[in-house]
Amino acid sequence: MRREGLIAGGLAGLHLLVLLAGFAAPYDPVEQTRTLPFAPPSRLHLIDADGAFHLRPFVYALAPDPDNFDSYIEDTAQRFPVQMMVAGSTYSLLPGVESRLHLFGVDAPARISLLGTDGFGRDVLSRLLHGGRISIGAGLLATLFALLVGIGFGTIAGFFGGRVDTAVMRLADLFMAVPWLYLLFAVRAALPLHLDTRATFLLLVAVLGIVGWARPARLIRGIVLSTRERTYVTAARGLGAQAPYLLRRHILPQTLGVVLTQAGLLVPQYILAEVTLSFLGLGVGEPTPSWGAMLGSLQQYSVLTSYWWMFTPAIALVVVALSYSALTSMVHERMRLAAS
Amino acid sequence: MTVIVRRIASSLVMLFAVSALSFAVLELAPGDFFAEMQADARVGSQTVQGLRAQYGLTQSPVVRYWQWLRSFVQGDLGFSLAQRAPVSSVIWARAGNTLLLTIPAMLVTWCLAVPLGVWIARYRNRWIDRVSSGLTSTLVAMPDLLVALLLLLLALRTGLFPTGGMHSPGADELGLWARLLDLGTHAFLPLLALIATTLPSVVRHVRASVIEAAEAPAVQAARGYGIARSRITSRYVLPLAANPLVSLAGLSIATLLSASLLIEVVMSWPGLGPLLVEALLAKDVHVVLSASMLASGLLVIGNLAADLTLYAIDPRIRV
Repeated sequence: MRREGLIAGGLAGLHLLVLLAGFAAPYDPVEQTRTLPFAPPSRLHLIDADGAFHLRPFVYALAPDPDNFDSYIEDTAQRFPVQMMVAGSTYSLLPGVESRLHLFGVDAPARISLLGTDGFGRDVLSRLLHGGRISIGAGLLATLFALLVGIGFGTIAGFFGGRVDTAVMRLADLFMAVPWLYLLFAVRAALPLHLDTRATFLLLVAVLGIVGWARPARLIRGIVLSTRERTYVTAARGLGAQAPYLLRRHILPQTLGVVLTQAGLLVPQYILAEVTLSFLGLGVGEPTPSWGAMLGSLQQYSVLTSYWWMFTPAIALVVVALSYSALTSMVHERMRLAAS
Repeated sequence: MTVIVRRIASSLVMLFAVSALSFAVLELAPGDFFAEMQADARVGSQTVQGLRAQYGLTQSPVVRYWQWLRSFVQGDLGFSLAQRAPVSSVIWARAGNTLLLTIPAMLVTWCLAVPLGVWIARYRNRWIDRVSSGLTSTLVAMPDLLVALLLLLLALRTGLFPTGGMHSPGADELGLWARLLDLGTHAFLPLLALIATTLPSVVRHVRASVIEAAEAPAVQAARGYGIARSRITSRYVLPLAANPLVSLAGLSIATLLSASLLIEVVMSWPGLGPLLVEALLAKDVHVVLSASMLASGLLVIGNLAADLTLYAIDPRIRV
């Protein structure tokens, strides 16, 4: 229980952080600082150049090293203490609610980039948090979409049986007969290449949902099929219950376990699928950050070998995926134990 | 016998449905290969219409699907508008390169996974089992993309293995053995990535089915008779555990053309993966269609092969 709570709490915290990306991130994710490309993560100091100790951590402003290409030196003349709750760039916290408050920051001209900057001098941490909104958001929405379609078709097939059942299940077989990456590619090929971010995002969600509805539909159909014949359902039917009532009251609640486990399996898969498509340049594109698009810059060997902080989206991805799958298997185990 | 015939027939119907689905999806796409041309002011709409007519794009979708299907069955995969060449001349070479990676990777994976799985299953719930299950579940959750990138980074940092492509420049002039060695060193990195991404889940499945088989009454009885453990494993446990594993092996065959796509793109291996991405970006319909048909065909064949093997080796299914 404690481990499950820990993982669930950690995941919830991560989602909250990503949801409040504008507040948690110190900078605007698309704001460029052309003088600081690929700057390494800012170093937090407690002891200044004169050896004096300061309780509040501070950073120094960075300047390109005139003697060495692609490296920076800290200007130790002036300290820039890290401040909490500072005013910075404007972002919209919720639709319609704008704010300038950021969790932390430093005074200009210094910049604090805890995870370094990318090739355009954009803050990687800010992009990571905002990109998580797209990547995790796409994963969650696509899962919702796939499960809704899967529940719909699965219930229809299982409850009505006969020819409807055969037709729906053959369709599901069809979608499972194509390797998912090819299916994803084929559906993606059907869409125009250049779209604005919102449209791309929604299309991505739809594409992922279309690709993944078949497995949940099949599992839910199985449960509906067996539940339909249970004595309490036939009893209710004998007492005059109609189909909508039977489904709502007696049959669909039985599918909850499968729906939850499928959701736990689908979310990380879909986040990964979004990352894959964006990595290949088929998903959300520049300048909007998404984890896949950020990782796309690693296709250049020079970036891959020189700037380790460009890997951080991959680390975030693994943490999220591992937490989801660990939580799912724990919940699944628990439900299995409870059932037996 | 009728079971086999029926199974093959339903596979064929499935392939037909896949082709219709793929064609329909691509047909729904707004724009075609020539749509980009119209953005150029120098190209008149007359010219574009003429090109469309020349390549038969003005006919109705049903007619074009029928034509495509008919020629596909005869082995003609259509014409790649972007490469200005028949699709078959492009795609078979690329598919061959993909298979050059996936077949050795699959063989190595299975040759490693079965002994490993059996070995881990023997230490069930002991520390070896715990450590390995933690390791495999982490590796299963590890995205292919990250594994490929990390291996590429390692290779670039150490310079031990060549990165990108299949041959060194000037490899054509080498002797046969030197050329094979060159190919091998180039293939090593993508092979490693492919094995690292497929091995963990196969090991898990082997372990699970061996453990399940070891609890069967026949195996318990054999143990009670004092039969040696190696003999129990080879004669009692493995035949019992084979059933789910054969299905899984069928699935491995099925993914021969799709498992390595992403790794190929990251490692610049000239297989189907990079070709598909290019074709997608260029709206080269026939290439995408043919590639997905090949991959789904393999999937159907893999499942069919698994079913037929099961039918042959497991008497319970025949009843």
